[in-house]
Amino acid sequence: MEDNRKQIINMRGIIKRFYIGTPNELTVLKGIDLDVYEGEFVAVVGASGSGKSTLMNIIGSLDRPTEGEYILDGIDITKAKDAELSGIRNRKIGFVFQTYNLIAKTNAIKNIEVPMLYAGIGMKERNRRAKALLEMVGMEDRMHHLPEELSGGQKQRVAIARAMANDPAIILADEPTGALDSSTGRMVMDIFHKLHKEQGKTIILITHSPELAEECGRIVTIKDGEIIGVREGRGGVAV
Amino acid sequence: MMLGENIRLALSGLRANKMRALLTMLGIIIGIASVIAIMTVGNSLTAELNNEFASMGASNIDVMVTRKLNEEDISDSGMIYSSTSSNKEPKDSDFITEEMLEAYIEAYDDKVYALAASENVGQTQVKDGNLYANVAIRGVNLGRLYADKKEPLAGRVFSEKELAGAAKVCMVSDKFVNNMFNGDMEAALGSTVYVELGNKNYLFNIIGVYEYEQMTYYFETVAEKDIQTELYIPLKTAKNINHKSNYEEFTVIGEQGIDVNAFVTETQDFFNKYYENSKDFEIWAYSMNSYMEEINSMMGTTTLAISVIAGIALLVGGIGVMNIMLVSITERTREIGTRKALGAPNSSIRIQFIVESIVICLIGGIIGMILGILMGYGGIKLIKSTVFAVSVKSVLLSIGFSMAIGVFFGYYPANKAAKLDPIEALRYE
Ligand SMILES: Nc1ncnc2c1ncn2[C@@H]1O[C@H](COP(=O)(O)OP(=O)(O)OP(=O)(O)O)[C@@H](O)[C@H]1O
Ligand SMILES: [Mg+2]
Repeated sequence: MEDNRKQIINMRGIIKRFYIGTPNELTVLKGIDLDVYEGEFVAVVGASGSGKSTLMNIIGSLDRPTEGEYILDGIDITKAKDAELSGIRNRKIGFVFQTYNLIAKTNAIKNIEVPMLYAGIGMKERNRRAKALLEMVGMEDRMHHLPEELSGGQKQRVAIARAMANDPAIILADEPTGALDSSTGRMVMDIFHKLHKEQGKTIILITHSPELAEECGRIVTIKDGEIIGVREGRGGVAV
Repeated sequence: MMLGENIRLALSGLRANKMRALLTMLGIIIGIASVIAIMTVGNSLTAELNNEFASMGASNIDVMVTRKLNEEDISDSGMIYSSTSSNKEPKDSDFITEEMLEAYIEAYDDKVYALAASENVGQTQVKDGNLYANVAIRGVNLGRLYADKKEPLAGRVFSEKELAGAAKVCMVSDKFVNNMFNGDMEAALGSTVYVELGNKNYLFNIIGVYEYEQMTYYFETVAEKDIQTELYIPLKTAKNINHKSNYEEFTVIGEQGIDVNAFVTETQDFFNKYYENSKDFEIWAYSMNSYMEEINSMMGTTTLAISVIAGIALLVGGIGVMNIMLVSITERTREIGTRKALGAPNSSIRIQFIVESIVICLIGGIIGMILGILMGYGGIKLIKSTVFAVSVKSVLLSIGFSMAIGVFFGYYPANKAAKLDPIEALRYE
């Protein structure tokens, strides 16, 4: 049904094993097939330890699958070298973490500039884009604040702005509201909706909240390293 | 661009942890400070000694009659001991004669600029009513005055006639004029100095005043008024008083540009021809030039030895930097993981931490350098040296060296950071 759309993620038979000592191996992902198209807002749900974060790390090319095929925005990730992977992460992926992971002792605007720094973007352009992104998340008045001077919700908004820094093909958010109270979580979730609706960003969101998952276009349920269900959410597909 | 960002990052990291940064730098600071201090003092001292020697005439050759070391004076073990049999005092006839000097000048006309000779007569106090001045009476020739750079402030130096005729004339110091004539040089010129030496009295006519110069390393312990200065009389006049006609010693002032060390040997050999048959005496010639070289090389050795010790301090400092870098990287594991997730290649992480390490070492090096220069300045004031010469070489060396320490001891931790697995790093608690 979405075959006419541009495919961002194309995963076939992804297996991830961890080797904990020689004889013991732990298969965390047991053959994942996943397709994500441009402009989709996908929620990934599942019990703790089911392998959601592991899958997300592979999608984000932070980690390599033990077996399987993975094409990200036309690039064969399984064949890419380490040095290429960092470039892919830099330009194609925007990570948002549960624990924000803002760089300490570095103010909001400088934090947003970090991905642009690695992309080799000049100082003036970095500054201009960082300001625009801060405005987008409503944090322009906290530009020069250090992470320790910001609340959890504010930190997460800066982190989302940072994820958008190099206009990535996809945003990966691993429990972005997990450390926030429900009203702050609501605000953060609204920013994702805004990115999805207004800019047509492709977003994959891991969440433990059934309500938030229902707001997305598609809900993927994982259990013990396998996708056990895919269904439509209320969010639909933007654009 | 990236470099500037890395330096900014390193500086803000240091600012956030000032005490730790300072303690980390301490080894580098101490190491660099001691190298700079030692090199500054050594450099200044060498420069000062060289100046001093140059003013004393480093290229001058002193020639003197010394006692021969006969075979019986040297024991089997090679030790020299004094044997009474040959411990003879030289007589006037054992000394260098006027004829020898003339032959020498003729032989080395192109190398000898002048001969300087002097004859000490004795020390005494010149009195005139309440006025007095302490003097050492010394016979000199024109070469001596030239070598000692004694130019007349007033009046003139001795004439050839006065020198040849053993005239009863003298040159006094400005200090002498201060004491005896209330500083009036014109009044001093033409006046007669009455000198009592032993049981004899002498009268000398003042024909010139020279400027007294205090020796740099000579600590004056007597009152200004009591300082003893030299009262110069013609060489022959002094020799007559001492009942001598020959020269126990003299100084050769070489022409500019001669090979002094070679000429020392030539001169010694020349005069020793006259002493071949002498049982007890021979000629010994030496020049400050060779001492200067010796002192310079000694200075160099001392500097090197202390630099080695400072090098060990720097090594320990470097290990301290490495240690703190490892701690810092462990503390910032999540930051490293985040940076990698945001697309930092390993090389960027490596450079970031190497730059941080270089910045620590460089700041330490600069603090150490400033401290070292101050310490060197203090040291120079302490030994009352007048020359303060910071060695540019040592400054460049210490900056380069501290940067090299930064690279060397920063590489391992930085590489460790670069190779961190991003997922492990992000999961790090
Ligand atoms: N580096 C590793 N070494 C060994 N086992 C690992 C490693 N990383 C993850 N695992 C295991 O893989 C399984 C899946 O972990 P993962 O973090 O993907 O779960 P999750 O679905 O994200 O859970 P949560 O909702 O609690 O975040 C867990 O059992 C975990 O212990
Ligand atoms: Mg997880």
